[in-house]
Formats: sequence, C-alpha cells, structure tokens
Amino acid sequence: MSANPPKILVVDDEPQIRRLLKTSLMPQKFEIAEAGTAGVALKRIDAEEFDLIILDLGLPDRSGIEVIEEVRKTSSVPIIVLSVRSDEGGKVKALELGADDYITKPFGMAELVTRIRVALRHRYQAQGTQPVLKAGDLTIDLVNRRVTRGTQEIKLSPTEYDILRLLTEHAGKILTHDFLLRNVWGDDKVDDVQYLRVYVRALRQKLGDKIGESEIIRTEMGIGYRLTAGDASEG
Amino acid sequence: MPNLEAEPRDGRPSPEAFLAEAARETRGRFKLFIGAAPGVGKTYEMLRVGKAKLAEGTDAVIGVVETHGRAETAAMVEAFEVVPRRKLIYKGRETDEMDLDAILKRHPDLVLVDELAHTNAEGSRHPKRYLDVQELLAAGIDVYSTMNVQHLESLNDVVAKITRIRVRETVPDNILELADEIEVVDLTPEALVERLEEGKVYVRDQAQRALKHYFSIGNLTALRELALRATAQRVDNQMLQYMQSHAIEGPWGASDRVLTCVSEDPRSVELLRYTRRMADRLKAKWTALYIEGPRHSVLSETQRDTIAETLRMAERLGGEAITIPGERLADDVMTYAKANNFTHIVVGKSQRSPWFEMIHGSVVRDLVRRSETISVHVIAGEPLREPRRGEALQTQSVPLAVHPGAYLASVLMVAAAVGVSYLIDRLVALQNLSLVFLTAVLFSALRYGLWPSIMASLLSVAAYNFFFIPPLYTFTIADPSNVFALVFFLIAALVVSNLTAQKQRQTQSMAARAKTTAELYAFSRKIAGTGSLENLMWLITYQIAAMLSCDAVVLLPGPDGLQIRAGYPPEDTLDAADMAAAEWSWAHNHVAGHGSDTLPGGKRLFLPIQTDRGAVGVVGIIREKPALLSPDERRLLDALLDQAAVAMERVRLAEDVDQVRLQAETERLRNALLTSVSHDLRTPLATIIGALSSLNSYGESYDPATRADLIASAQDEAERLNRFVGNLLDMTRLESGGLTVNLEPIDAGDAIGVAVSRARPLLLHHRTDIDLAPDMPMVMADFVLLEQVIFNLVDNAAKYTPKGTAIRIAGHVEDAADGPWAVIEVIDEGAGIPLQSLEAIFNKFTRLQAEDRTRAGTGLGLPICRGFITAMGGTIAAGNRQDRSGAIFTIRLAKAEPVSDSVSKVEAHVG
Repeated sequence: MSANPPKILVVDDEPQIRRLLKTSLMPQKFEIAEAGTAGVALKRIDAEEFDLIILDLGLPDRSGIEVIEEVRKTSSVPIIVLSVRSDEGGKVKALELGADDYITKPFGMAELVTRIRVALRHRYQAQGTQPVLKAGDLTIDLVNRRVTRGTQEIKLSPTEYDILRLLTEHAGKILTHDFLLRNVWGDDKVDDVQYLRVYVRALRQKLGDKIGESEIIRTEMGIGYRLTAGDASEG
Repeated sequence: MPNLEAEPRDGRPSPEAFLAEAARETRGRFKLFIGAAPGVGKTYEMLRVGKAKLAEGTDAVIGVVETHGRAETAAMVEAFEVVPRRKLIYKGRETDEMDLDAILKRHPDLVLVDELAHTNAEGSRHPKRYLDVQELLAAGIDVYSTMNVQHLESLNDVVAKITRIRVRETVPDNILELADEIEVVDLTPEALVERLEEGKVYVRDQAQRALKHYFSIGNLTALRELALRATAQRVDNQMLQYMQSHAIEGPWGASDRVLTCVSEDPRSVELLRYTRRMADRLKAKWTALYIEGPRHSVLSETQRDTIAETLRMAERLGGEAITIPGERLADDVMTYAKANNFTHIVVGKSQRSPWFEMIHGSVVRDLVRRSETISVHVIAGEPLREPRRGEALQTQSVPLAVHPGAYLASVLMVAAAVGVSYLIDRLVALQNLSLVFLTAVLFSALRYGLWPSIMASLLSVAAYNFFFIPPLYTFTIADPSNVFALVFFLIAALVVSNLTAQKQRQTQSMAARAKTTAELYAFSRKIAGTGSLENLMWLITYQIAAMLSCDAVVLLPGPDGLQIRAGYPPEDTLDAADMAAAEWSWAHNHVAGHGSDTLPGGKRLFLPIQTDRGAVGVVGIIREKPALLSPDERRLLDALLDQAAVAMERVRLAEDVDQVRLQAETERLRNALLTSVSHDLRTPLATIIGALSSLNSYGESYDPATRADLIASAQDEAERLNRFVGNLLDMTRLESGGLTVNLEPIDAGDAIGVAVSRARPLLLHHRTDIDLAPDMPMVMADFVLLEQVIFNLVDNAAKYTPKGTAIRIAGHVEDAADGPWAVIEVIDEGAGIPLQSLEAIFNKFTRLQAEDRTRAGTGLGLPICRGFITAMGGTIAAGNRQDRSGAIFTIRLAKAEPVSDSVSKVEAHVG
C-alpha cells in the first residue's frame, strides 16, 4: 500500500450520508472528497486522481449508471455502488458496466470498510494472482490446481474447479452470475443460472460449507457469488 | 298515550297525500276548461285566460288551437306565438298534429292545447293527445286544455244514454285528478241553442245527423248538470286532498270501502264505472276483484283479454285490481270482502235464465244471503256494447290451431269404426253398433279437440246410416225408428265431443300453466342464486327469449345514458327508433315501442323493469311471428319482469352492503396501519434518539460498558426500524400489485443460508439447526422473496420463543396427492399458536401477545410470507408440534425439474 492515505470520492446527493461517511472513514486513514451531483463528480474525477469512488445510484442530475459508463471510458478506478434493497436489476447493471462492488443502504460501517479494503487491494495487486489462498484448514492452490482440507485432497470436477478458481482469483469481490457463466461455460450458456446454482451447491458440499454458518462461498441475492476467505484474512 | 299503529289522522299529514302534493311541485300546472257540449266557448275562454297570463309576462304559446273559422277566436290567437304543427304523411294522406318535441324544445312557461280528447294520427308518439299533455306536464310546462264532459271515461255511458251518440274519443277520469284547476265554461242551454242557430257552433260531420236531438234543451240541461257535478266532485276531492295533506281533521269517512266483482263479461267495464262513481260519492277506496276459478282455464283468449283489460281499466279509473284464485264465487268474494273490511259490494245482474239459476244457483242470491253487514248492490247491465281496443299495449290472441292431420285422423278413426262394426256385425250380430262409432268420436275428441270430433260425429252418422242401416249402402232409412236412433246418436256424439274436448282443453291448459309455473319457479331459483349483475342480466334475457321465443335485450342506465348490458342472442346496437323508445320507456317508466301507445314505429317493444324505487332498467323484445304478444304471454312477461326486478334489487342491495363492508374493512386497516406505524416507528426512534442524545450530552460521564450498551441498543433499534420499513415496503408492493416474481430453479438451502446469516443478529439467544434432506430438490421460487419469507419466519420464531431454545429449519420432499412438493419447515420450541389463531395470524396487523408482552411484532411479517409464497404458486400454513410445544410453519413449493441429476452424472464421468 502507498504511503499516502487512499483518496476516496463520495458521490451522494444526501448531505447526511456524505457527512456520515466522511466522519466515519477519516479515522480509518482515508482521505475523503465529496460530490453532490453526477456533474460535479465527473468534473472532479477528470481533474484529480482518486483511489476509489463510492457512488450512489440515485443522483438528481444523471443516474449513477451513466456515471459508471463515463468513468470507465478513461479509468479503471474501483467503484463501490450504494444502492437500496430490492433493486437487484440496478446492482447487476452497475456491476456489468464495471462497478467493483455494491453495498445496500442502510449498511454497517465495518462492512463498508471491508469492501473498501478488498477493492483497494485488487487495484494494487492488479488482477490479483494470489497463488495460494488459505481459509481455516482449507487451502486453494491455484498453481498446482489442488484443493485440500487439512491434508486431505478434495476432488473437484473441472467445472467446479473453474468456478472456484474464478472466485479465488477475485477473492472478496462479487462475481455476477453472468460473469461466472461466461467464463466457465462460454457465451452461449449465459442464461442458465440454474446450472451455476447446481454446481455451486455441489462445490459448497465438497468444501464443507455449513448453511447459514461458516460460508466460504457467499450468495449475493439475485446477483452472484463472492469468496469470503479474502475478507477473513483482513477483517 | 299515542297509538303508534293508528292511521296518521292525529294531526300528521297522510304520506300519500304529501307525496302527491310533492310530485305536483315539479310538474307543470294543469288547468282544464270543461264544457257541457261543443259550442259553449271553451276555446275562447282558454285563450282569454291565456292572454291575461301573457299580459302578466308569462311566456305562453299555443300548442294547438282549432279556430273552426271563427273570427273572434282567430283574433285571440294572433296575440300568441304559435308552435308550428308537425306535418305527417300517413298512407298518402297528409295530416298535421301538435308538434310535441318542438314544444318541449321551446319549453315555454305555458302552452295552450285545445281538445284534450283528440286522437293523434298514426305515426305520432302517443295515440292520444292527453298523453302528449302528460308529457308536457312532466317536463314542467304548464298546460291549459279544453274538453267536453262527454269525453270523460266514466261518464261515457251516461252521456251516450242521454244523447244516443257514443263518443269514441275518451279521456281517463284521472285526468281530472291531474288538473290543478278546473274551470267550467258554462252557458245556459237556451243561449247555446241560440248560438247554434246563429251558426256559431262547429259540429263535426258525423254528428250532423243527430244534431237536432243532441242539442235539444233537455239533453243540454242534463249534460250541463253532469259537467257541473263532475267538476263539483273534483273540487270536493281537491279540498279533501288539501285537508289531508295539511293534516286538517275532517269529516270524511274512511270507513267505506267498495268492492266490485268483475268477470269475462264485457259489461264488467260498466260495473267499474258505476263503482267508481259510487266510491267517489262515498269518498271511499274501491277495488275490482276477479276470482280465478276453475272456469278460468276454459275461457277463450278474447275472454281472458277482456278480464286483463277490465282489471287494467279499474286501475285507470283509480281503483285497485286484485285477482285471487278460488272455487266458489260467492264464498270467495264474501270471505275476501270481510277480511278486508269492505262495506259495499257491487255486482252485475245475471243475464242467465231463471232455469239456469235454479239448477246452478245464483251468485247474486248467495251473496245477498251471506252479506250480513255488507250492502250488496246489484246493477242491471245493458246489452253488450262493442268491445274496446287494448289500452297501453296491444296484444294479439293466438287462435287455437288445429292441425289438418287431426281431421284426417278423425276420418280414419271413423273408417276403423266402420271396419270394426262390420266384423262385429258378421261375428256376433250386435244390435247396437252405434257404440263403436261413439268410441271413435270419443277418441277423436280426446286426441284432437272439439272440431275434429264434431266432424267425426257427423261422419259417423253418415257412415252408420250408409253401412249398417237398411237399406244398406244408401243414405235412405227405411225404418222410422232408426231415424230416432240416428238423431239420438248424433246428440250423444255431439255432447260427448263437447264434454271431452272441454275436459281435454282444461287439462291441456292446466298442464301448460303448470309448466309455466314450474319454469317461473326454476327461473326465480336460478336468479336467487346469482350474485353478479352481469350474470343476472344474462339469465333474464335468456329466460325471456326462451319462454316467449323472441330476441331480448336488457338496457341499464350507464354514465352515458342507457346501455345494452345483455342480449339473447347477443346484441350490441339498437337502431335510432328503438333507442328512442327505450329511452322514453326508461324516462317515463312506461311501456314504449312496437305495439304500444308510445313510439309504436320501432321494431322492439320496451318495458321498464320496475322496483319499489322506480325503474332500474328496460327490457326490449322483438319477435318475427307473431309480432304481438298474446295476453297470456303479456302476463308471463310481467311476471318475469317482476322477478327480474326483485333479483336486481337484491343484487344491488348486496353490492351496496359489500361496498359498505369493504369501506369498513379499509377503514379498519387504515386505522391498524396508523396505529402500527405510529407505534412501531416511534418505539425504536425513541430508543435511538434517547441513546444518542444521552451519549451526546453525558458521554464523558459514562463508563465504557454503559457507552457500549447505549450504542448497541441504538443500533439494534435502528435495525429493527429498518426491518419494519422493509416490511411496510413489501406489503405495499404486494397490495399495489407491483410485485414481480422471477420464478426459477433455486437451491432452497442457499436461500435459507442467506436468510439465517442476515438474521444472525436476531438469533443471538437461539440455536439454529438447518436440516435439509439429502434428496432436497431445487425448488421453483424467486430467490429474493423466498429468502425474505424464511427471514420473517426465523425472525418471528426468535421473537415469540424463550431464550435458549432451538429454531429448526428443515427441508424435504413430500409426495402428496397433487404431486411432489418441496417442503420447508420452520419449527420452534415456543408455546405454540392457539388453535383459533392458526389462520388469523396471516391477516394483516394480527399479532399474538409475546410471552413477556413486550416484543409483539408488527403484524406484517406473516401476511407478507403468505403473499410472497402465494405469488410463487406455493402454500404456507401454521401448525403446532405434536411431540412437544412449539409452532411449525410449513411452506410447500413446486419442485424444479431435476437438472441437477443429469448435470452431476455428466460431471461424474468427466471427473
């Protein structure tokens, strides 16, 4: 991590939210800039360099989705989207257009800080190639294509392994159903989410995930999955 | 102590009088100029009074006035605006009539309409001018009109007797009651005769012959007296009504009631007129009674028509018409009269011979013998007058058609009798073969009715003579005794024919009536079970169409006037003439259209469906052949419409009640929501604000543990608030129909996992066991909705069960009768749910008291669960555990196609 505190732009039309984020995040060694509209945000992004953008989807002048599109034309800066519950469509759209993560209002501050850290880490590690990932007694070794619990090797089918590899490579980051299907099966299977569900279910059983308790693969309702092992190492 | 049941004579106005008075307020005022004879100067007087009104500034116009070429009258007319008459061409002849529509459109304050009794040309809206006048009055226009006393329905007979000229143009007596003011235009008979001789009186051609007799001083005096008496009586009535409507105690005797018995005898009409006059004199109410005895079924259509007509006439004359079934005329009349406190009975004198009465008894004699305190008036009738035509609605009798085959068959029967007689004659030489022929006649009468059997009788006589009476094979008769035999045979045959056919017709008509009654009964049962107006409309049109073999439509008032609501066969448009008739029928609550008084030019006949509260709709019927209804059919239609009206009234009332109930329910929910929102929003907010303000003000003074506690409680309450708002939003989405359900195969375990993770902070004091069967299939569900359902159930369980207990979430497949279901159960170890609340807890804002009485829920969680699960095509039910105390919530969802199996197998190979 660089010596300077990471610079975060908070884009939200609600002053209370901006104030809350500023007050809560400053002590966590982040530098906070604010924008109340899409117009101001895009100007600032053009003028300054940010390490991360926290973006509300409901802005008064233009939608957050349009801001993502605009930003992604020139920059790969991580974007965390703030959205409301029951707007799965908006979240998926934002992720597909290049947002890195989302968090639903109202949110816990610890959760947000974790997400910020994951996003920043991915930025610095440049498409994270962490060859070996450990979570509890589970080891995922991408170099040797081996998954072991303790000393016992877990047998995975090629598809199951592919899914796990993608999740591990982006550990802590949410991967949409669409992304996983496209990268594991190819473009023609994009609509068959149930295949993915079946494999994830099998994968979880093999990895020993306990429903509702210790989960390595976490379900993001209506959006996709994320590997939680990466969070644990930092959180 | 006032008697509440008593007649409202104790100082309160009678309601009927009040209503009549009120109806008059909106109606135009009607002034009638009545004269004893033509030429007394009615028209002139009307114009004079009208002109005075004109001078006062009243907007008075002339609708129609006949000047008959008299200069003084013509001069009077000039002062007025005259509404041009309407030209009508009927059968090549041009006539002109008062233009009713033009007057209605012009809408003056006052219109002068001469000759009230005038009959309009065919093609006019109403056949009679007095009907035009009624419409003008109804439209709020004042009317002045003229009439001679001879045109009054109830005086028609009397005048005819005096003058020997029967006037065909009559006006119902109630026209007098409609009149707010009556002015008698009086002229002494001498002066009138003088005017006549001066040529100042116009008399129509047909009266020319009788002119001399008509205008005799004696006649004119009698007519004058009649006119004055009729008016005086009317004035009397007016005073009576005034006194009643102003609750003035009066000397009128309400005790008299007059009953008259009518029959199919056309002279019954005269009886009615007499009764009315008598009732008027007594200031009494009167009733026309028809006893529908066994004889009714053998009456001809014309006779039944006469009865219906007579009863209608009674109503028109201001009486009440009643029909009751009965057996013995005198007994039934007397019973009815006594039961209803009648004081006078008016009957017609029998036209039957003394012989007949000796054998059959006399109704009049029986009545008089049994009358006790009731006066019986026996009125001598005049010999028959010509029958009158139907009133408001023309009907057409159906002749009893005898199939030509019936005659042929009768011939064959006689032929068979010849054959049988021949055989018998050859074999046993029976003396009296006529019995064989009589049998043939009997059969013919039984099967085919009167005329074929009469023919059979005659034929039998001929055949019997020809084949069996010597000399054989000739029509001559040798033995004179055989002539007697033949004559008596003929008489016997004819009597048998007649009796049998009569009996037969009676049976048939009874059967037909029984069938009609059964159908009506079935109809009434059918419509009684109908809840919606649409179905009801359809049933009504269907029933009318089926029973009368016609096409029927029902029109109900809509936002843009009358609209067709049902038709059998289906019909969506009516032509302009029919629509006009329908509108008129609706507006005036009266029949209109084809075959009626009003707008008879249309193709359909329209009848209002009348309830106590007025017309609720209009039925239109049309039939190819016969186009007009028979009297029986008319009565049937009336019965159907009565039932329809009752049913429509019932449905409307039910809808009203539903509306009220719905409003009450909405009100209850709104109140519950308000209570809930204010309580459930404020409680957490109070905690949050309290905790945060404490920290803000006294943060320094608290030890770290207290501070942490305050912060934790603020956070807990904020999260509770968040869940509540979420529930409110879910409920809103459910109720507004804004819920989109994305059904796809999902892993129930996955949804349970997400829900339990999310509920983790609420489950700090509970154990959770997730127990999915190995064969738990993928389920068809919306992931987000199912997760919310499980979250709500777990939240609920945590709320209502003691700390330290377990909440188990189980999943398995259930093979039910309706196919395999994926079952998810949320099972707790609490107190369970009271049996009577098992269903109620799924209602909005129903909450059970939690054990510690503090954590009652919002009353939204479970209704949302049910709403979501139902939207996903599944079911959710609450129950109690059998093994111990505790509740079980069971969700059943459709199993997804087992893609998992095939996929796993493929993978197994690869792996």
